[in-house]
Parts: sequence; C-alpha cells; structure tokens
Amino acid sequence: MLNFSNSKVLSIYFIFILISIFSLTNFINIDDSFLKKKINLGLDLQGGSYLLLEVDSSSLEKKRLQSRVVPLKKKLNEKSIKFENFIINENSINFKIDQNDFKNFEQIINKKGSNEINTFLDQYNSFELEYSKNKNEIKIYLSKYGVINLRSAAVDQSIEIVRRRIDEIGTKEPSILKRGNNRILVELPGIKDPDRIKELLGKTAELSFRLVTKGEDEFGSEKFIITDSKEEISVSKRIILSGENLIDAQPKFDNLNNQPIVSFSLDRLGSQRFGRVTTENIGKRLAIVLDNEAISAPVIQDSITGGNGTISGNFTFQTATDLALLLRSGALPTPLSVVEERTVGPDLGQDSIEAGVVSLIIGFILVVLFMTYKYKIFGIIANISLISNLLMLMGILTLLEATLTLPGIAGIILTVGMAVDANVLIFERIKEELRNENSNIQAFDLGFKKSIVTILDANITTLISSIILFIFGSGPIKGFAVTLSIGLLTTLFSAYFISRHLASRIVFKNRDNKISI
Amino acid sequence: MINNFNFEKNFKLANISSLCLVFASVFMIFFKGLNFGIDFKGGTLIELRCDSENIQISDVRASFNNLNLGDVNVKEFGKKGDYLIKFERKNFDEKNSIKIIKENVKNKLQGNIDFRRVENVGPKVSKELLESGLLAISLALAAMLFYIWVRFEWQFSIGSIIAIFHDVLITIGLFSLLSLEINLSIVAAVLTIVGYSMNDTVVIYDRIRENLIKYSSLKIGEISNKSINETLSRTVITSTTTLLALISIFILGGEILKGFSLAMIIGVIIGTYSSIFVASPILKYLNVSYKTISKEKEKN
Repeated sequence: MLNFSNSKVLSIYFIFILISIFSLTNFINIDDSFLKKKINLGLDLQGGSYLLLEVDSSSLEKKRLQSRVVPLKKKLNEKSIKFENFIINENSINFKIDQNDFKNFEQIINKKGSNEINTFLDQYNSFELEYSKNKNEIKIYLSKYGVINLRSAAVDQSIEIVRRRIDEIGTKEPSILKRGNNRILVELPGIKDPDRIKELLGKTAELSFRLVTKGEDEFGSEKFIITDSKEEISVSKRIILSGENLIDAQPKFDNLNNQPIVSFSLDRLGSQRFGRVTTENIGKRLAIVLDNEAISAPVIQDSITGGNGTISGNFTFQTATDLALLLRSGALPTPLSVVEERTVGPDLGQDSIEAGVVSLIIGFILVVLFMTYKYKIFGIIANISLISNLLMLMGILTLLEATLTLPGIAGIILTVGMAVDANVLIFERIKEELRNENSNIQAFDLGFKKSIVTILDANITTLISSIILFIFGSGPIKGFAVTLSIGLLTTLFSAYFISRHLASRIVFKNRDNKISI
Repeated sequence: MINNFNFEKNFKLANISSLCLVFASVFMIFFKGLNFGIDFKGGTLIELRCDSENIQISDVRASFNNLNLGDVNVKEFGKKGDYLIKFERKNFDEKNSIKIIKENVKNKLQGNIDFRRVENVGPKVSKELLESGLLAISLALAAMLFYIWVRFEWQFSIGSIIAIFHDVLITIGLFSLLSLEINLSIVAAVLTIVGYSMNDTVVIYDRIRENLIKYSSLKIGEISNKSINETLSRTVITSTTTLLALISIFILGGEILKGFSLAMIIGVIIGTYSSIFVASPILKYLNVSYKTISKEKEKN
C-alpha cells in the first residue's frame, strides 16, 4: 500500500491540480468560455426573488368541453340523431338519445383521423374525450390523457408568456423552469421587491374589442361595469378583435389632454377586420374588455383602417406601461397563482455570505489546530489533505457551475469536520498496528489496508443519504446535498491518495526510527 | 495509550435511560407538538430591519394589527432592530396582500424599514414539502439499511436502525421541548444526523465483525467492549472535529443557520452515544456470534 510508482504519484497530483485549478477561476476574470466558469450564488446569498406559480387549468377543462358543444350538436343533427336534455356541467356534457342511435353516436365520437369533436392524441394513444352510457343518458367528459394533454399545453404556453413578460421587464438572468406538471418556477436574482412582477404575472391579459349593444344581440350579451366611470354597459359576446391580433403596444401620451394611453398596431387580418367593423358601426360604442373588466367604451368616431389605434382609460403612465407590456407579450391561457414566494434582500445575502465564510474559516482553523496538536507531523499531513480536499471540492463545484446556497456552505463546513475522519481512522489504525509490528513500513501498510474498508463503508452510507437528499429534497436541502456529496467524494480521494502518499514519504525516510503518531 | 473501559457493564443502565429518553421524546412530540415553520405549516415570514432607535418590539407587533392576519408572532432576531415576524394568513388568495402589509408597516413605523426577507408558502406547497421531506428521510433510511444488510448481517441492520430511530426521536423530542422551529433545513440536519450516526455505527460494527473472526472464542459482549475501546479514540477525535466545525457555524454562521447547526450538534452527540450504547448492545441481545458471520461466509 505504501509503494507508489512515479507514474502513480504524477497522475495523483496531476488529477488534483487539474481539478483544483478551477477553484481559482472564481477569483480571477478570464475571458475564455471554459475558464470563465464560476460557482453561482443562490438567491439566499446574492439576494433575489423565488416565485412558484401554479397554473390553474380547471377553467380550461370546462372551456374545452364547451368548445365541443357546437360541433357536436351539428354532427348529431347531420346524422339525424335526436337528443334532448342537453346540459353542460362543470366537467361533463350530458344528454339523452334514443337507444337505437347509440351505434351512430359511437361512430361519430370514435372516428379517428379528422374528428373535430374528439381529437385523437397520438402521443398518448388515446382520445381526448371519453363517454359513459347509462340507459339512454350519455355523459361526455375529458379522458385522463385529455386532461394531461390540456394541462401540459397550458403550462408550456404559460411558461412562454411568463418568459416574455419577464424579459420585457428587463431583469438580469431570470430562470424560468417547469416544475412538476402544473407549476412554473421563476427565479429572479437581484429583484428586491417582486410585487410588480407578481402583479404582471397574475393577470391573464385577455383583451377583446366588442360592440356595446342595446338590449338583445344575436350572439348573446353580457354586462360589464366600466372601471372608471362605473357605468354599466351591455356588451355583445361576439369578439371583433382579440389580443392575438396585436403585433405591438406602447404607452404614449394623448395629444389632446396629455393623458397616458396605450397605442397598438394590428396584424394584417386584424387591420382588415377592425377597418370593416369601425366603418360599419360609426356612432356606436366599442367596448375594450380586459380580463372580464371593461377598460373603456369609446364611441367610434371614424373608420380606423390603418391598423393602428389607441386605448384610453384613466391610466397613470405606470399602468399604461404595464398594460402595453401585457398586450405585447400575449395572454396567458389561464390565471397563475403564486403558491410559494421567497425573497431575500441583497444586504441579508451579503451578511449571510460573510457569516458563512467567517464560520467556515474559523471552523477550518479550529480543526487544523486540533489535528496538529493531536497528530503532530501526521496532523499536518491530514491538514494538507484537508486543504486539497477543499480545493478540489471548490474546483468540482465550479466545473459543474453548481449553485452555492447558505445550507451549501454548511455542507462544506460539515465536510471539513468529517473529512478528517478518514485520516483519523487511518492514523488510529496505524497506531494499533505499530504496537504489534516491528517494522514501521509493515505497520503503515496494514493500517492503510485495514482502515480503507471501514472508510468506504462509513462514507458510502453517508453518500447514500446525501444522494437521496439531492433527488427528493427541495430548495435549500438540494444545495446542502450537492456540497456534502461532492465533499465525500473528494474526501475519499484526498485521504486515499494524498494522505497515503505523504505518509509513505515520511515512513520511508524514518524506516528505522521510532515513529510516534 | 490503550483504552480499556468497561462499557459492557453500563449497557443496561444506558439502555434504560435511552428508553426513558425516547419515550419522553415521543410523549413530548405527541402532547406538546412540534413548532413547524412556514415551510411545513404554510404562512408568511418577514424579516425586517429598522434603523430607528425608538422602535420597540411592541411597536412592530402593533404595526401588524388590524390587518386581520390572525396570530402574529414577532421576535427579535440577531442584531438590535432586526425582527422576525411570522403569521398564518387565512385569506391566502388575496392578491397583493404582501404589498399591502409592507405598505401598512412602513406607514406605521418611523424611520427606514428594510424588508430583508419575505417568504410566503401556500398551504398546498407546505403539505407537499412536508411529505417530500418525510419521503426523503424514509428512503434514505431504507437505502442505508439495505447497504448495511448487504455488507453485514441482518442483526447489524436492526442494530443500526434502532440506533438511528433513537437519535432522530431524541433530537426531534428536544426540538419539541425547546419549542425550536422545524423547517426545511432541519430536515436536512436530521438526514445528516442519520448519515453521521450510521457512519459512527459502521466504524464500530466493522471492528466488531473483524474481532468476531479474530477472537472466535470470545462472547459478543466482550467483543463489543473490545471493539468500542479500540475505536474509542477515533470516535472521540472525529466527534470533536465535527463539533468544532458545527459550533463555529452555530456561533458565527448567522441566525438562519442557528437551528440547523443546533440540530446537528445535538445529533452528533446523541449519534456518538448511540453507536456505543445502543447499536452495540443490540448485537448482544440478538446473540450475534462468530457463527453469524461465518455461516454467511460458507454460503458464498
């Protein structure tokens, strides 16, 4: 165990230097993409905001079912299937048909290929809708995969919109990730006050232009209250233009009264439609509805054919800016709610770094002093191995561009405390062997051989628990698990190779003298 | 120096006191309950710093009144002028709530108010965090047990699991007794305690296994005693260095790491004790002998 060939020694220190050199790139700035790697600081250390958003897709499920009603009725009429008691519930469509028509109905709903009532989802090998039959009552509802498909589409789309909105606000290096099947994790380094972002993300921003009706309308109508004037208006359900037709929106000041307004430009299709409707309806009022609230309902003065228009409505410049931003970035398919929020101010982060670093240094010094006192020259070996251990740990964290959190620093400090364990196990074992063996070399050899089994067993059990922490733990726990697991690996390397090599040098030099540990 | 303490003699006394402690802990956990933080209970945590000398803790408490937040818990936190406020908000869905609370506090307290930390955990998420925390602990235990069972024998597995339950229960019991907060980082601490205690136990078990082969005529009680003595100085030194590092975090690591490092300190002390006085006696009660290991050897 004590014989090291030159090539072995070289490769040990080559690996050590190769890894630990990366710990230095954290302190110097090199403009090379590979050497530019640094350990990232977690939000708890650099300050910032962590938001976990939940996509509430229940309303989408109902919407999806509702959208199938018209084509379904049309198809039933086409095939002359008589239906009655047609009811749309929260999550199902119910109606009665004649028992004899059931085969025909099944043909409609189970038709593969272009089926506008029931889409076949290839990736799940399943239909979007399922049905059950109770005597002559039929119940149609979303299948398991239909729901999954709808939800994941909603989350993917929401992530896209969230990303656009956050990019528009212009925060530095935001991270936006999908979490589980209905959550979005947003990390915003450097954001001290996430209230504005929360507000912007909380709005679906579904914009529509619709005509104000007097009484009945062929598409049905609904009542709205205009936000500022509190006037109640009745608005047609027919949507003339929606936010999808917008290509740009900017906050501006009105030329006449200097009020903040939002000006928008429409795409080609939108311009044509807007031009036609405004020409046909001069003198009528056009309501601008955002998320089920009427912003305003101006009278159409003239036909607007250029594809540009403005929205006015008692805005401040800030609200006009926000509205323009929301319109530019598009509507969310469904509202998002913040289910978890953690914000750390930059000075608390700085304090935490300082406290973490100070306790790391003090802990390190204490351990180093104790080991030197306890094991003299071999204590120094243990300390060299401890330092190289830390350098390699830093190097690997840098290579992985890992995120260092406060619990992560605690993990490093714990590594310092526990890393010497491997050395202690070896030295204590050697001490025992020295009592029985005459030859120093023999005693050292046996000591290393016997202790390595224990070291492996002991470290593997801890490694198992920290890997499980990494996989199942969340947030702060993960950061702790990363540094602890890497620390265990570098500990094994430094004890098994570096301590052993240094010890072997001393033993060979003093092969005939008495060695005391 | 060769240690030669008679640990075996004290096994019985130690086991009785361990049993008492475990029962007391379970009793505390059941009847006094645990002080769950917002991670597991849901709610809001605000850490604020005010620079005005005149502000008293009662003023801070008062600034949260009439917001209809229910029970608001305010305490001083580290430096003078730093406060930690916790409450469970009933009407969680109300948008901008945090914004309103912040404005309200800023208006009521004089001087500069700095919101150093704001955390808000919804009831759904807190439930999931608790579940995933418990899952992580159970899985880690199961995986380690499996490893011990593969590397040693089932008796050793049983011994180590009892030692670990002993450590975890007493640590949590102490947290209940002292009304310390249980949050995500405490789960990490508990898992590390599990790892540490296992580590310690494995070192002694390794030696017991070795000595069972070396001194096949000795009884398990004597072998345990011999093995504990042989590994004693390692046990003491490693515990000392680990504790040195942990005490350094506890004193200098700032308020956020206090709970974590305290849990670890308690855990390391109990874990060291349990590998000597819990894990080893169990091998005796389970009649482990040379045959236990050799049988397995013959099979292979």
